[in-house]
Parts: sequence; structure tokens; C-alpha cells
Amino acid sequence: MQRYIAKRALQSLLAIWVMSLIVFGLARVTGNPLDVMLPLEAGPEEYERVSKHWGLDKPLYVQYGIFLVKALQGDFGNSWKWHGYTAMGLVMQRLPATLELAGFALVISILIALPIGVGSAVLKGSAWDTLAKIIALLGQSLPGFWLGIVLMWIFAVNLGWFPTSGRGGIQYMILPAITLGWFQVAVIMRLVRSSMLDVLDSEFVKLTRIKGLAEWKVVWKHCLRNAAIAPLTVFAIIAGVLLTGSVVTESVFSWPGTGLLVVDAVRARDFQVVQAVVIVFAGIFILTNLLVDILYAYLDPRIRYQ
Amino acid sequence: MATVTVRTLPWYAPPRVAQTLRQAKRYPLVPISILMIVLVIPALFAWQIAPYDPLKGSLAKRLQPPAWQDGGSIDHPLGTDKLGRDILSRLIHGARVSLAVSMVAIFVGGIVGTGVGLISGYFGGRVDSLLMRLVDISLSLPTILLALVLVAAIGPSFGTVIIVMVVLLWARYARLVRGETLSIRERDFIARARVAGASHTRIMVKYIFPNVVNSLVVLATLQVGYVILLESALSFLGAGLPRPMPAWGLMIADGRELIVTAWWVSMLPGLAIMFTALALNLLGDWLRDHLDPKLRNV
Repeated sequence: MQRYIAKRALQSLLAIWVMSLIVFGLARVTGNPLDVMLPLEAGPEEYERVSKHWGLDKPLYVQYGIFLVKALQGDFGNSWKWHGYTAMGLVMQRLPATLELAGFALVISILIALPIGVGSAVLKGSAWDTLAKIIALLGQSLPGFWLGIVLMWIFAVNLGWFPTSGRGGIQYMILPAITLGWFQVAVIMRLVRSSMLDVLDSEFVKLTRIKGLAEWKVVWKHCLRNAAIAPLTVFAIIAGVLLTGSVVTESVFSWPGTGLLVVDAVRARDFQVVQAVVIVFAGIFILTNLLVDILYAYLDPRIRYQ
Repeated sequence: MATVTVRTLPWYAPPRVAQTLRQAKRYPLVPISILMIVLVIPALFAWQIAPYDPLKGSLAKRLQPPAWQDGGSIDHPLGTDKLGRDILSRLIHGARVSLAVSMVAIFVGGIVGTGVGLISGYFGGRVDSLLMRLVDISLSLPTILLALVLVAAIGPSFGTVIIVMVVLLWARYARLVRGETLSIRERDFIARARVAGASHTRIMVKYIFPNVVNSLVVLATLQVGYVILLESALSFLGAGLPRPMPAWGLMIADGRELIVTAWWVSMLPGLAIMFTALALNLLGDWLRDHLDPKLRNV
């Protein structure tokens, strides 16, 4: 078990390191960042002064060394677009909004997926089951950003039930959360359905029925409890999709989170902020993967020996 | 042994129509026809079918609604966008763009991934563990972010989008092909080929590759929808194909601000993406069930 954890942890560190290398390398390919920062009429001595100030005159590997040491301390430099802010400060300032939205999206998708998944397993082959299949298919095929616009058009513009964009009370969160959670509904629902089908078929369920338990108790108490373990495996994937999906959803609804920040930063070629966001996201993503793998290896000993 | 001749009695022949229908049911006709109508035919014959040039519009005709709405005309059946360009023509040319991106990306990604997978699975040992580490890392990177960084670095263009897709796609092929190669390698006919003096390259290309083609076809089909969705998301974010290319994602982005006054600008391309992805998913599922049921979890 310890060996397995050590191996997985090392792999995760390696992944984060590769990500930092990619981000750093690519950011430097973008072209000379000074062209964007300085006014058109700036002379060569102006270029030299600013380049020295940002450390851009040193060789690339030295720049990477400085970057890595500082990154380990959470220091990604100052933002070039938003003056007076550090890159990490901006990310940390925006992160709560993203986590809030992602959390709410997760709750909504579980609330929608669980009843449909359980229902379609219990009533296999019924109209309910067909509905579940259609939802699963749509979940894979609807582009998230377009769904956001459609929801906005129907519920905010035409019906006026929710505000179109921005952040405020819970009414601001509902449309973006549905947009973000939509894909997860399909994933969670399919998993709940298949593991419920397995459990419903097992011996102990027959026993509870022989015992004369009420059907709702058999399904919702005994079966669901056992079936709920399987969706845990995809939690890492879900967390990852929620994070990266937030980039798209936040720019549709102008939700002031990290996703919107990174899109703005990419457009403005604000290296420091892009680096900070990508490393923080990759870190969260990779750590969640690691935690779930370890948790799962703990629950299911067969995994460790693969 | 005695041969048994079965004579078909003339009155027993089932009616032609019913027979054809029964055979048709065994094939995924609905997804195939959706794909033909929305993606393949428009893509192949874009210049012949499209009534207007997708890039030229006249400002006098800007934001005309579709023909069935008040103020719409049959000249522009699906209306025009804010530069007066015909939406139907842009949708038709957009199919060409989507198909081109997904075909090229999947082809290149497939070649890279298959090559890595074959080498990794066939030689095993150190090569294998090194390459598989790379695959693991590549699969654990957050997709859209990686794409955003890549596009921001190289600048949005057709080539950039292809590079992004290849970087995102190759690892799945590598993992799949490696797994299959591991088991094929142990089979008798490979050992015989070795004895007969076939080189490693020849064995990989001539004897192992043909045995993984089925799985590759299934994976590729399932990925076309994914690539089209991802490309449109990137274009929507301004990190995919550059304007004024008639890409579906860009068209949605263009229509986003007009949602209150001109819904058709962003709704119609979205429908095109949805139907394409839907049909591809259905087709992919069907292929998987028929060609390669063991791929259920891919």
C-alpha cells in the first residue's frame, strides 16, 4: 500500500512538473512580451530597462530556474494587465467564485442524476429508462457553451426568471450551475444506473425482499448505499471537468471566477496570470486524481497489485 | 458425406420490402443519415450547395431573420448575421471546417498514438515504461487549459488547432494499441513470423497492426464528436480557428451578444454541432457493440 501511494505521488509530482515546463516554455514562445507591454514609440533603452526589471534578459534556463523556485513559494510575479496585483493574488481572489459555482453545479447534478439513475435501474426498459438514455446521450452531445446561451435565451431573456450574467445571490448561480453540471448528470446517472442494476441482482437484496421489507426501503436504503461506491471512482474526472468546464461557462455568463480570468489573461498575453491559473488548476486536478486513486486502492485491494 | 440440397420453394420467398426493412434495421440508419445531411454532404460539396459566399455579405441585408419569421425572405432561408452574411452558406462551409479539423487531427493523432503504442507494447521493458509514463502524464493534464495555453502561445490558426488536438488525442490511441499489442505479441503467428526472419518493423506493421484496426476505428469514431465539440469550444473562447473562418463555434460566439435581438445567429450553428455530435455518438456506440465489445469503457 505504501509503495503504491509513493508511486502514485511521484507520478503526480512529475505531472505537475511537466505542466510547469509546458506552461513556461510555451509562454516564452508567445513572442516578445515586451511588444505588448510597451507603447509603440518606446526606444531600445526603454526595452532594455523593462526587460532587466522583469529578468527577461537572462538565458531561458536561468529564467526557468527563477520561475521554479518562486513558483514553489507560490510567487508567480505581478500581473502585467492588472497593475498592482500579483498573479497568485488574482487567482486566489477569483478562486472562491469558481469553487462556489463548481460546488453548486456538483450538488445540482447529483440531485438530478440520482433519482433518474435509480429510477431507470429499478424500472429497466420503461419510459423512464428511455428518458434516462436520452439525457445521457444529450449530455455527451450538447456543447456546454451553447447550452449556456440557450438557457440564457429561454429563462433569462424570454421568461425573465433569472438574471443573464454576473454574480450575486443564488438566482445568479442557477443557470451557470446547470450549464456546468449538465455533462456530469449524464456521467453520474449512467454509473448509478449500472451499479444499481448490479446490486439489485445480488443475493442480499433478494433476502431483504424475502424478509418482507417495503420496496422503497430496499431500493433507497439497501441498494443505493451499496451502489454509491462506484460513482466515487469518477469523482476525480468530475472535479477535473468542473474545473476546466468553468473556463467556458464563466465566459458565457461573465461569472467573475478563475476561468474568466484565464481567458482574459490569454487574450491580453498576461503570462504571469496564465501560468498561475494553469499551475493551480493542474495542481487541484492532479491532486484530486491522486486522492481518489489512493482512496479507491484503500477500498478495493485488487487495484494495488495491478 | 452426402450433400444436402435445400430447395427454396417459390411461394416461400418473403416480400422484398419487408426483407429490406429488416436488413436496414440492423444498421444505424438514423445516425448515418443525420451525419450525411448535416456534416458529410455539405462538407464535400460546400461550394456547389451553398447559395452565397460564406465570407462576403452586404451590410444592407444584415440581421435578416429566417424565412419563416416576420421580415425574413426566401433569399436567405436561415437569415443573415451582423455582417449580412448568409447563415445557411456559413453553416454549410462550417461543416467543411469541422470535418477537416476532426479528420486531420484524428488521423495524425492516430498515427502518432498507434506508433507509440505498437513500439511500447512490442518491445516492452524500459521503452514501454518510459512511453507509458508519458501517456499517463499526458492524460492527467487538464484539457481545455492546455489547449488555451498552446493556442495563446502559437496564435490561433488551423495548424494550431490541429497541434492542440493531436497533443490531446494521441495518448488514448497509444494506451489502446499497447494493450492489444501486448496480447497479440504472445500469439503463435508472431513467433512464426520471427522464425521466418521477419524484421521487428515488418512484424509490427504487417502482423500486429491489422489486428488492432477494428479497435482503432471504434475509438476514432467516438473521438470525432469529441474533437468537433472541443474545436467549437476553443473557437468560441477565441482560442481556436481565427475569424472570419465559418467555424460553428465562432458563429455561436458572434451571435452571443445578439441573443436578445437575433436568436438565429447563435442557435442554428449550435443545433448543427448538437446533431453532429449526437449522430457520431450513436454511430460510435453501434460500431463498438458490433466490432469491438470489449471497448465498453473507453
